[in-house]
Amino acid sequence: MTESVHKTPLNDYHREHGARMVEFAGWEMPLQFRGIKEEHVHTRTSCSVFDVSHMGRIVLTGKDCESFLNRICTRNLAGAEINRCYYSHICREDGGILDDVLVYRYEDRWGIVCNAGNREKILAWLNKHAAGNDVQVRDDTFDTGMVACQGPATLELGGELANRDLSTIGRYRFDVRQIGPMQLVISRTGYTGEDGVEVILPTMLVPFLAPKLFGTKDEPHPIIQPAGLGARDTLRIEAGMPLYGHELSEEVDTLTAGQGWCVDLTKDFIGAEPMRRLQEQGLPRKLVGLELEGRRIARQHYKVHAGGGAVGEVTSGTLSPTLSKSIAMAFVASEYADVGTTLEVEMTGARRTSATVVKLPFYKRAKS
Amino acid sequence: MKAPTDRKYSKTHEWYLVNGDVVTMGITQHAADELTDITYIELPDVGATIGAGDSIGEVESVKATSEIFAAVGGAVLAVNEALSDHPELVNDDAFGDGWLVKLQASAPEALTALMDANQYKAFVENAEQS
Repeated sequence: MTESVHKTPLNDYHREHGARMVEFAGWEMPLQFRGIKEEHVHTRTSCSVFDVSHMGRIVLTGKDCESFLNRICTRNLAGAEINRCYYSHICREDGGILDDVLVYRYEDRWGIVCNAGNREKILAWLNKHAAGNDVQVRDDTFDTGMVACQGPATLELGGELANRDLSTIGRYRFDVRQIGPMQLVISRTGYTGEDGVEVILPTMLVPFLAPKLFGTKDEPHPIIQPAGLGARDTLRIEAGMPLYGHELSEEVDTLTAGQGWCVDLTKDFIGAEPMRRLQEQGLPRKLVGLELEGRRIARQHYKVHAGGGAVGEVTSGTLSPTLSKSIAMAFVASEYADVGTTLEVEMTGARRTSATVVKLPFYKRAKS
Repeated sequence: MKAPTDRKYSKTHEWYLVNGDVVTMGITQHAADELTDITYIELPDVGATIGAGDSIGEVESVKATSEIFAAVGGAVLAVNEALSDHPELVNDDAFGDGWLVKLQASAPEALTALMDANQYKAFVENAEQS
């Protein structure tokens, strides 16, 4: 089935600001504006705005939402606090990860933000398992937009724009602002390793917010700069955050992917059984951070060796703009996963580069 | 799109500037832009002999790793040493400061078969439309 490529409500702003557009998960998205490295550094030192409208936004209503979501999600959502976001995985019966999501607990409903490429799969999964429950599932993706403002200057700048002290919204908490019949959701979340906020808003409000964040072509915002998917990827790698299709997939469970913190094995959920067994028996492989010698980048699927045969595979890699080091994440057999272990990555042309297992994340922002 | 008229272009997006039998080569600005921020460049050793059509190294960016091919054979007279510390020179000035190697070409006339600037521009535009 061929579908036309979706455009986000910010498409015109990207073009006006010189974005190089690419197709990503069925959406036309900006890869970069001024350059990936420059946008990366700007996010670490100031404030960048990212269009994340391609991500799926699903709304759930009905009195069974809490018990339903608690069975679907790895995270324990029983008694979830209102106005709080919960990072969670949604897994198959065998523990394979269907997606990683952010679950929003509103006063009168629940929300899920999922990956663009998994939206239809997750909608189908939710609808299938909701049958017989008082749960209504609605796809809000095409009626809303979503932007992420990230970087140390975000709270101050965003606070001026929102006319609200954003620092009073705790990490992973959110605020709902009523504008007539419409709602604007500001959460203290992100995918860059920096402090910042993400905003979900009705598509028709985008033309009011976007010029404040982007400025115009001739008069761009003096501090906030747009950033694309390229910088979003290098930022999340430095922050050791997993990406679906790289560290996360249906072939991997949440524990193996190193995200055990978002799993509650004492509750019942889809995929719990195999993960309990894994927990008991020990993980055969683990996700590790690698620091490589030299400046060459290890790419997804490059093999990892320990002297002889392959003991693992790279999932993501980049040249870290912040650390000026070649960094990567990889799955390796658990006996090679200890910090300090020396391994080798097989690069192009069968050449091997020495790599050391390091603690994740590679980059952690200074606590303000 | 930029493409100086004083040189020849290959379908694999290298440029060749001929001066007698010394050929300077690099990758085009279009190729550099497509790669995004270049992070590493591997080049041959000075004195090495290269055959026409050989891969002479690799250009690596945040996005991808791609090979560089030489349309003409010969001995490597010089490589751009500045690129080992500043690979971004290729992004900044692919047709100038971002040159890659100088070759003592064994048969520089082989380059006459390559595209001129206008043909290369048309080639890139066609490739983008298809």
